Amino acid sequence: MPDATLPVLDVQDLKTVFKTRAGEVHAVNDVSFYLQKGELLGVVGESGSGKSVTMMSLLGLLPMPPAEIRGGRVMFEGQDLLTLDPKGLRSVRGARIGFIFQDPMTSLNPVFTVGHQIAEPLRKHMGMSKKQAAKRCAELLELVGIPDAERRLHDYPHQFSGGMRQRVMIAIALACDPQVLIADEPTTALDVTIQAQILELMKELRDKLGMAVIWITHDLGVIAGIADRVMVMYGGQVVEHAPVYDLFANPQHPYTSALLKTIPSISGKRAARLTVIEGQPPLVLGAPTSCPFRDRCAQAMPVCATKVPPRYDVGDGHDAACFLVAPLEVAHAG
Amino acid sequence: MLDNPAKPLVSVRDMKMHFPIYAGLLRRRVGEVKAVDGLTFDVMEGETLGLVGESGCGKSTAGRAVLRLYDITGGQIEIDGREIGDTPQSQLRSMRPTMQMVFQDPQASLNPRMTVEAIIREPLDEHTTLTPMEKREKVAELMDAVGLNRKFASRYPHAFSGGQRQRIGIARALALNPKFIVCDEPIAALDVSIQAQVVNLLEDLQEKFGLTYLFISHDLSMVRHIATRVAVMYLGKIVELAERETLFAAPLHPYTKALLSAVPEPDPSLSRNTNRIILQGDVPSPSNPPQGCNFCTRCPAVMDICKQVEPEYREVKPRQFAACHLYNET
Repeated sequence: MPDATLPVLDVQDLKTVFKTRAGEVHAVNDVSFYLQKGELLGVVGESGSGKSVTMMSLLGLLPMPPAEIRGGRVMFEGQDLLTLDPKGLRSVRGARIGFIFQDPMTSLNPVFTVGHQIAEPLRKHMGMSKKQAAKRCAELLELVGIPDAERRLHDYPHQFSGGMRQRVMIAIALACDPQVLIADEPTTALDVTIQAQILELMKELRDKLGMAVIWITHDLGVIAGIADRVMVMYGGQVVEHAPVYDLFANPQHPYTSALLKTIPSISGKRAARLTVIEGQPPLVLGAPTSCPFRDRCAQAMPVCATKVPPRYDVGDGHDAACFLVAPLEVAHAG
Repeated sequence: MLDNPAKPLVSVRDMKMHFPIYAGLLRRRVGEVKAVDGLTFDVMEGETLGLVGESGCGKSTAGRAVLRLYDITGGQIEIDGREIGDTPQSQLRSMRPTMQMVFQDPQASLNPRMTVEAIIREPLDEHTTLTPMEKREKVAELMDAVGLNRKFASRYPHAFSGGQRQRIGIARALALNPKFIVCDEPIAALDVSIQAQVVNLLEDLQEKFGLTYLFISHDLSMVRHIATRVAVMYLGKIVELAERETLFAAPLHPYTKALLSAVPEPDPSLSRNTNRIILQGDVPSPSNPPQGCNFCTRCPAVMDICKQVEPEYREVKPRQFAACHLYNET
């Protein structure tokens, strides 16, 4: 029963750990988020914040062991993806949920033509004949703005430039008309002028195809340009979540506001000195018992060391996992 | 500001670095990659010259060529009053203490089998006659200067995070009291919150030791923060060079304009209301650059002359250099 108000993807309390010799690394800790039809959710975080692992967990792409999904629910089209067997997952992955990875060179197979690689999901998931697939491939390449599409189907990945390869990756991800597209740092390996091209293309495609997109990046500038809602991750947790304008104008979590201050602006006022977040991002060994940002936070309080702050609602679809925004009685109870 | 008292510490004239391409059964020379094709610029004493451009534009090659890590194809390089453009490598060795380099990838540029102390001490072993005690003291001082705990001197690079490793690389570059340091994308491999730490450190050290930097980066916002003057490269050539404020507020060259407009602004109300210049196509290959202006294949303001005649690099406005036919009417 499709319901327009129901999210297409609903993730609740996802928990992923890695077993290592040094102990259990808790990479994803009770991460919850949802994705509405047609919207673009930006996920921001530094390396090790758990943003990629979260997405890989819900697609079943992590090697297990060492990874282990300890709990949570990932509801997509009425079923929990975490309960699906590998075969069931495969029928979702690449078909109903498409994904794009960071490095377009290593995620394309160098020994097959681009046409072959775009046709693969079409033949596997949609049961198309070779001829049908070839036709659709050409359409897709045209859609992502590769000139002379029909001829280029027979080219190999090395014959494309970085930006063009990323367009090919997007074409593969879009091949089966996915409901949801997960893009993991898709423009990080590209130059700024090429990045601008790809961002423009993504905006166009989203309007045209109406799919929901999760866009993972460490670049707040990119997020500012394309996202509808933003989720900020730190130490394996969602520390803040808000509509994009609200997040940049009115950040509630000290990490978000510090992060916004560390990046110099290209057109605004030039600061004499950059604001710094001292220290290093944490490696969460063992189940977290305190706020992950506590050691680097200028406003840390005693309560921050005693328990993990839950996500407190601050209104207008904005929430932050920080005791500073907690209702008074909670902040003082600790 | 008309009469600039600063004098150039580094002065580069028409520097060229071409790499040969060998192909075929007999490995014959079939062409060359013109990675750097005629650069002319000065770096003033105590300033930071930012060198920006996209990947493959030759900015890193330029940085290495200035320090003569390559045998350059042509041109002159004068550093601290000495011409080193055609000096043989064996004689360059005595010049090395003056000019140092900080590399992009702190993981790859530190020997994993050497302790931090050994890494920072290596230039001292090579170039000085200090006693072991003096060296140890100097290493400890350097570690203090870059904000590393001196207790960790006997640890190996793998025990440090990316930002700390970059500090080790900076300490090594500082060991011989250089005047000029080429920083080749020193923050590109670091996380956002760590980048600011390293940039602030570089600024502090510059003030403390009176250093001159050539700061190579693709991150325009960061260059705007750290540089005194900025040079923009495209396909082996400098297309524009100006003081920071001028370059970012009133760029002349169409490529500079497009590049600046492509930088995502971390503010949704600004970034969605600006009209971006989206360049079409890709950068041509430096082994086969187009005739005329290198940018003519993607330039939104291209004219007929651009496809035939290479524009001259000249001072278009006071202290603002550009290579573009748009400004050559007069």
